[in-house]
Amino acid sequence: MNQKYNYFILRIGQMLLTLFIIITILFLIFRLMPGSPMAAYIDTTFTQEQQQILMQQFGLDKPLWQQYLIYIYNLFQGKLGDSFFFRAPVIEIIFKVLPNTIYLMLGSFILAYIAGILGGVFLAWKRGTSTETVGIVFTLFTRAAPQFWVGMILLALFSFKLGWFPSAGSSPAGVVYSSELKKLTSLVFLHYLFLPMLTLAIYLMGLPLLLMRTNMLDVMGEAYVDMARMRGLSEKRVMLKYVARNAALPVVTAMAVGIGYAMGGNVVVETVFSWPGLGRILVKAVSSSDYPLAQGAFILIATVMVFMNFVADILYSLLDPRVKIGG
Amino acid sequence: MTGAIIYLFFILVAIFGPLFAPYDPLVMVKENGKLMFNQAPSIKHLLGTTNMGRDIFSQLIYGSRPALIVGFTAAFFVMVIGTLVGLFAGYYRGRLGSILMRLTDVAFGIPFIPFVMVLVAFLGPSIWNIVLSMALLLWRDTARVIRSQVLTVRERSFVEAARVSGASDLRIMLVHITPNILPLSFLYGSLAVGWAILTEAAISFLGFGDPKTISWGYMLHDAYVSQALSRGSFGWFVPPGICIMLMVMAGFYIGRGSEEILFPRLRKIN
Repeated sequence: MNQKYNYFILRIGQMLLTLFIIITILFLIFRLMPGSPMAAYIDTTFTQEQQQILMQQFGLDKPLWQQYLIYIYNLFQGKLGDSFFFRAPVIEIIFKVLPNTIYLMLGSFILAYIAGILGGVFLAWKRGTSTETVGIVFTLFTRAAPQFWVGMILLALFSFKLGWFPSAGSSPAGVVYSSELKKLTSLVFLHYLFLPMLTLAIYLMGLPLLLMRTNMLDVMGEAYVDMARMRGLSEKRVMLKYVARNAALPVVTAMAVGIGYAMGGNVVVETVFSWPGLGRILVKAVSSSDYPLAQGAFILIATVMVFMNFVADILYSLLDPRVKIGG
Repeated sequence: MTGAIIYLFFILVAIFGPLFAPYDPLVMVKENGKLMFNQAPSIKHLLGTTNMGRDIFSQLIYGSRPALIVGFTAAFFVMVIGTLVGLFAGYYRGRLGSILMRLTDVAFGIPFIPFVMVLVAFLGPSIWNIVLSMALLLWRDTARVIRSQVLTVRERSFVEAARVSGASDLRIMLVHITPNILPLSFLYGSLAVGWAILTEAAISFLGFGDPKTISWGYMLHDAYVSQALSRGSFGWFVPPGICIMLMVMAGFYIGRGSEEILFPRLRKIN
């Protein structure tokens, strides 16, 4: 157990180091960009006084390495600057929209992984038949088609043409919910959530499906499965009890990594459906040269990604007894 | 096989298509002095026209060029960088190996599309900036996989034999290890073509693409912002997506095809 504990500490250290390097890279990108360095944090439409105060706070008149230290110091305090566009602290804005992105991702993942796992089991069961071939081609379609294009088609069909779903945003204008739980369970919110969630789920479904199918095919050749069959258990029972349980392991780990990737990929789906989440804020910020907001959103997304990679790593080492610690 | 056919088709279209395209994709078509915008598909305009009166079918044909350029160029860089990093990281287990692994972890921690977006927004929306930004990160999957493979190969007896007989590190890496990892490199290279095309499409769709080049992604962006969705102009926004999908699938097929030849299944399921 001591070994595992050490590994855990080591991985946390590596995660923090990685995060640190990313933050530094970000600092360099946003400071070395074209245009006046002042523009990074201060909108020139502020008054001279305000500009002075902000300049001192972010140390923009000092040499680059000092700016860097101030940047890190501010970061730890959660001071990410003020958004040019919204005239509010960046940290407030990004944490306000973060829940929307999380709801979208959670919903999509749950949907995608349930459908994917079931689909994988089904295709493995139907191995060698034409159903399997068709199924695989269709799965490849979902992985090859651009997410936003699928979203566009769903939007055009089910929202504009048939009018079954709303076409933008997460709620009708002016709606206020009495609590977060009320919002999550309200039919209105779910109505708005459905199409973007479906779009994302269609894309995400492919990986667990193929992974599950491959693992099941591998496991099916194992000796203990033959044993179960010889003992006279029905095919269905063999499938579910012995094969599926062991094949699900890598799928769980893939999910952790997938969540990290989805944070970055959310950007397009949120834009198509005008879903007010972190991705869409990032696009808006970059388009309108709102550097503080763009930087803040980026940092948050990157942090989640690094963290989820770390979680996947730990999960894998915990679940798979064959993994040697210290590798 | 299917993959190769699809690629060949699009390569031919990219090279010869513009000769046969009925219109210049940027020209706003006028007939009898009236601007032909938002026309439904017809004999004259197989897929209709855009809201600015440009022929969609011609745009689709011209769009194959940027797709192939971006796809193959980016894939090339991904293959080269990824293989080199993976090779050195796997072979040199000490300091150099650790540094390269750290680098790969950092690359994995940076969200892909946001990064390309920010870089392109700062550097300027040209197709080469897009390729550059992609190349900076996309090598990460290849590197990780190649490294694993190198770790296995380097333990094999023929490498041991070479080392014992005094072969230099460079020689071992080049002559003995590389031939065993090249198939994997090509596999990921062919996958990278697909990823690159999808990313360029996404970047163009978000509005950060190259406005001088009509790519399929740009067509989708154009369609979206000019309300083609609510107008139901399916002929505008469905075909570019299909083309993208076919190109990416071709990459998958070529990758899978070579995998079956090179890594044959040891166990046959009845």
